[in-house]
Amino acid sequence: MSQLSIQEEIDLLRNELELFDDVMDKYEYIIELGKQLLPLDEKYQTPMYKVQGCQSQIWLHPYVKEDKVYFEAGGDALIAKGLVDILIRIYSGHSAKEILDTNSATLKELHLSEIISSGRQNGIASMLKRIYGFAKETSTLQTTTDSFAKEVHHERL
Amino acid sequence: MNKADFPFFHNREIIYLDNAATTQKPQKMLDAMNDYYTKFCSNTHRGSHDLGNKATQEYEDARRSVADFIGANPEEIIFTRGTTEAINLVASSYVKNNFDTVILSELEHHSNILPWQLNDLHIEVLALENDLSIDLKSYEALLKKNPKSFISITHISNAFGIVNPVKELIKLAHQYECKILIDGAQALAHCSIDVKDLEADFYAVSAHKAYGPTGIGALYGKYELLVEMNPYQGGGSMIDDVSFEYSTFLDPPYRFEAGTQAIAEAIGFKAALEYMQELKDLHSHDTSLLSYAKQRLQEIDDIILYTQNTDVSGNISFNIKDIHHDDIGILLSKQDIMLRTGHHCAMPIMKKLGIEGTIRLSFAIYNTKEDIDKCIEALHKAIRMLR
Repeated sequence: MSQLSIQEEIDLLRNELELFDDVMDKYEYIIELGKQLLPLDEKYQTPMYKVQGCQSQIWLHPYVKEDKVYFEAGGDALIAKGLVDILIRIYSGHSAKEILDTNSATLKELHLSEIISSGRQNGIASMLKRIYGFAKETSTLQTTTDSFAKEVHHERL
Repeated sequence: MNKADFPFFHNREIIYLDNAATTQKPQKMLDAMNDYYTKFCSNTHRGSHDLGNKATQEYEDARRSVADFIGANPEEIIFTRGTTEAINLVASSYVKNNFDTVILSELEHHSNILPWQLNDLHIEVLALENDLSIDLKSYEALLKKNPKSFISITHISNAFGIVNPVKELIKLAHQYECKILIDGAQALAHCSIDVKDLEADFYAVSAHKAYGPTGIGALYGKYELLVEMNPYQGGGSMIDDVSFEYSTFLDPPYRFEAGTQAIAEAIGFKAALEYMQELKDLHSHDTSLLSYAKQRLQEIDDIILYTQNTDVSGNISFNIKDIHHDDIGILLSKQDIMLRTGHHCAMPIMKKLGIEGTIRLSFAIYNTKEDIDKCIEALHKAIRMLR
């Protein structure tokens, strides 16, 4: 689906965010992204998909389609949903390998303090961990011949 | 102009309304800690050299200051890392061996829930009224059912600012042969405390919520209870005699202060208490800010105030209908207004109210009505953006 590389997605978003001189305008834009985030199917709004450490509730549903990794998410706070939308725009629709080859520290270029800061209460950091964790799991399974492991993986999606 | 006393505010426009989490620090307190590190840095209670004696004297003076501030005797004051450690100490060294049941209110901070759970104590919960106050009749009924229990209740709620009637709670506790601890983390900077007048068995405080350093607090315990208690941790400075077969310990409070203590922090704690003593309007300032904040908040459409008619001190909690508290917190932060949103480490009361969290304004001596005005203005802007 995505024609751009992950790094190109980050560059594009950085350029978009740099257009805002006023920090409040930037957050207005993130809120708009949050408002526009497609609703997540209720069957994925369960503890299994819940991202820990968020001040608000965020659910992340990862899946694989035609060897690409996709993410969809939902939540109850607008800014968190907007930030999640940014992460989805960056990572969704790429191969597991490409995700794993991208250093998440590159996200610092976006200058969004909620994404940059890490800590036990930072849900965005937990979300990134999930994205990379899922990519790693997928990458391992794509190279294994263990059909049982593949079956278990697909049942969890 | 109290902001001038706090270097944190020098040359910057920032509005800090998260004082229930921790307060900013006055220069006087920072100087006291710096003096220790630069002029007489030594360990306490060990050697006989002059600097060690000076450090010991200052550390013990700090203990006396804490005792004086809350109406206790110095030997009844144990320095801890804070209120959390004080409660853990009582749970582990006293309650675990002497009680089966601990009575808590629904309003408690997690640090007044988990220490009891971790020590496998049975917990009975005192349900609150709809206005989040304690009904003394329900309290007495619970005591009747559970006499000779241990009770642990907050003086002022960190999440809603509710001031509990601690004197009455203590009196009733003793009528039913219970012992009681009061969590005074929020009370130290927001009301006068006299543990003898209250007749509290234990009272716990943290320095950092009252202009002092992080990493230190104090536990007051009646001396006759402290002497019955086992050490909490083993280490240097708390022993009388040690052999591989058997060891004996010092009398309280030293028995409970194993290892090198937070010496600079104790000295800073004393300076913070002195700073508060010099303020004539410490408590009246608080009352006037709270009533002004309440009045301004009520002007906001769709405001949900949880303590409209309840006696509150130090902080006020609210929500805006259909807006997530986290969104408000982020947008206020971007406007240089620092306040706390979330469950405030009091998940049980949030669950009772059916909410995930609140937006909390909490005050200190340096806050002004202008701070509140700016906060309300920023709040209006945030709400406009989120609607």
